[in-house]
Amino acid sequence: MSAPSKPPLLATPTDLTAKRSGILVERAFIWICRFAVILPLFLLLVLIGDVVIEGLGRINTDFLTGLPSRRAEQAGIWPALVGSLYLMVLTAVLALPLGVGAAVYLEEYGRRSRLAGIIEVAIANLAGVPSVIYGLLGLGLFVRFFAFGNSLIAGAATLALLVLPIVIMSSREALRTVPDSLREAAFGLGATRWQMIRRVVLPMSLPGILTGAILAISRAIGETAPLIVIGAVVYITFLPDGIDSEFTALPIQIYNWVSRPQEEFLTNAAAGIVVLMLTLLLLNSVAIYLRHRHQKRQ
Amino acid sequence: MAAPQPTPYRMPAEEANNIIKKITATDVHAWFGDNHVLKSITMDIPAKQVTAIIGPSGCGKSTFIRCVNRMHELIPNARISGSITLDGENVYRPGVDPVLLRRRVGMVFQKPNPFPSMSIRDNVLAGLKLTRRYARADAADTVENALRQAALWDEVKDKLDEPGTSLSGGQQQRLCIARTLAVAPEVVLMDEPCSALDPIATARIEDLLHVLRKDYTIVIVTHNLQQATRVSQRTAFFLTGDLVEYSDTDSLFTSPQDQRTEDYITGKFG
Repeated sequence: MSAPSKPPLLATPTDLTAKRSGILVERAFIWICRFAVILPLFLLLVLIGDVVIEGLGRINTDFLTGLPSRRAEQAGIWPALVGSLYLMVLTAVLALPLGVGAAVYLEEYGRRSRLAGIIEVAIANLAGVPSVIYGLLGLGLFVRFFAFGNSLIAGAATLALLVLPIVIMSSREALRTVPDSLREAAFGLGATRWQMIRRVVLPMSLPGILTGAILAISRAIGETAPLIVIGAVVYITFLPDGIDSEFTALPIQIYNWVSRPQEEFLTNAAAGIVVLMLTLLLLNSVAIYLRHRHQKRQ
Repeated sequence: MAAPQPTPYRMPAEEANNIIKKITATDVHAWFGDNHVLKSITMDIPAKQVTAIIGPSGCGKSTFIRCVNRMHELIPNARISGSITLDGENVYRPGVDPVLLRRRVGMVFQKPNPFPSMSIRDNVLAGLKLTRRYARADAADTVENALRQAALWDEVKDKLDEPGTSLSGGQQQRLCIARTLAVAPEVVLMDEPCSALDPIATARIEDLLHVLRKDYTIVIVTHNLQQATRVSQRTAFFLTGDLVEYSDTDSLFTSPQDQRTEDYITGKFG
């Protein structure tokens, strides 16, 4: 016989109903996690509840379709609402082709190039720049240099710059979900790179790209600071009649009302916030719906 | 003393004269970055036969067939030297469009990869639709012919509009074969097409190869030696980037000329 071997690792029978060691730590951790979810949700609910209680009663068709006024009870939000919708569309028109194009270049064409690496770092940095800085850039570049003035197009271009990193990063994420084996399949069938992108990669990543785009746009319509910097008008009694028209937007209108001393204007601001939040909620629901449909298909 | 250099295999002249050469590789080297994965491969691939490429993992067999349809160069940092001719024309000559080459030299991949967003019908037509050579009038015929050639027609003829990914793995691989045949290639490269399939699905694809070789030149990479003996007329044995031995399948498996081939096919390594 050789040297006695070590005993085999067999379980000793234990009481299956005994308390495991460490179970208290585990339970405490679960509660900490729950708390981390509940606390912000609670604060959010308090904020929303507060605004809704104060503002909901003020929302009626007169408020939605009325023009601003010095008298709080007559003031409406129509120019701001229309301005925000215009801004949204223009920003999307400017930011999406640029952002998706940049993402396609980075993911599909420039993967091996040094240029792509440099662009990547630049985009990551841009994403962290405060929005006021974008406002200053827009003021210098679009309002002054291109002489767009305090116009819708200047505002939309500034917001487009602001959300461009978000659009690029979410589009790249969407493009990356398309497996390389499908790119190879397309190449193997004699497709050019463009045909492969156009007919295999883009259709498959479209819901993901759209989700990112909608989140980016909803970020854009909530922005106040850059619009103030580029000179969005705070008191406007007409609707914008072109992309070179002066404009106002929901966040600007709310900012304006909040800074008034009269109590009634604060009610208007709360109502404006409710309108803005409902718009955002609507946009985000579309994004969630698209993502859900995308996941189901895969 | 330096390690003995393996002598590259040269096919005897009298044997080489008897076959129509479809593809000729001459002194082909390939690299991934600094990694030299193919070393001076010289071999002729005969027309309308099945040529099997065997060898242990990482021996360069997949890389070699990816050099034939110029898929190798799509990988970042991948390089190649030497020449590969298709019907006597060097596919690496400047001016050759790899996109047009790949329409003549089709490829079936290791993992079935039908396009998930397309129906069975559209998957078959994908090559034509992708490259804008699609004529609606011929579509139904093309779909039926390609699926029949891939021995899949009877199983899917009633559900052509269902997604390609709804099929089983073996059916998906035959769908990928149909997709490749639909663009009417002359050569079909197969990169371990059965490695993700069960034995029954594998047998169906092997049966298919016997039929397909009447019309197509087929090169199949496999790590399954039995498969090579069952489907191929010629077999090449690759080892760490070298072509060790290349001859007709029967002689390679019954009387290998190189000790390394014998060790490999008798299961001493790999």
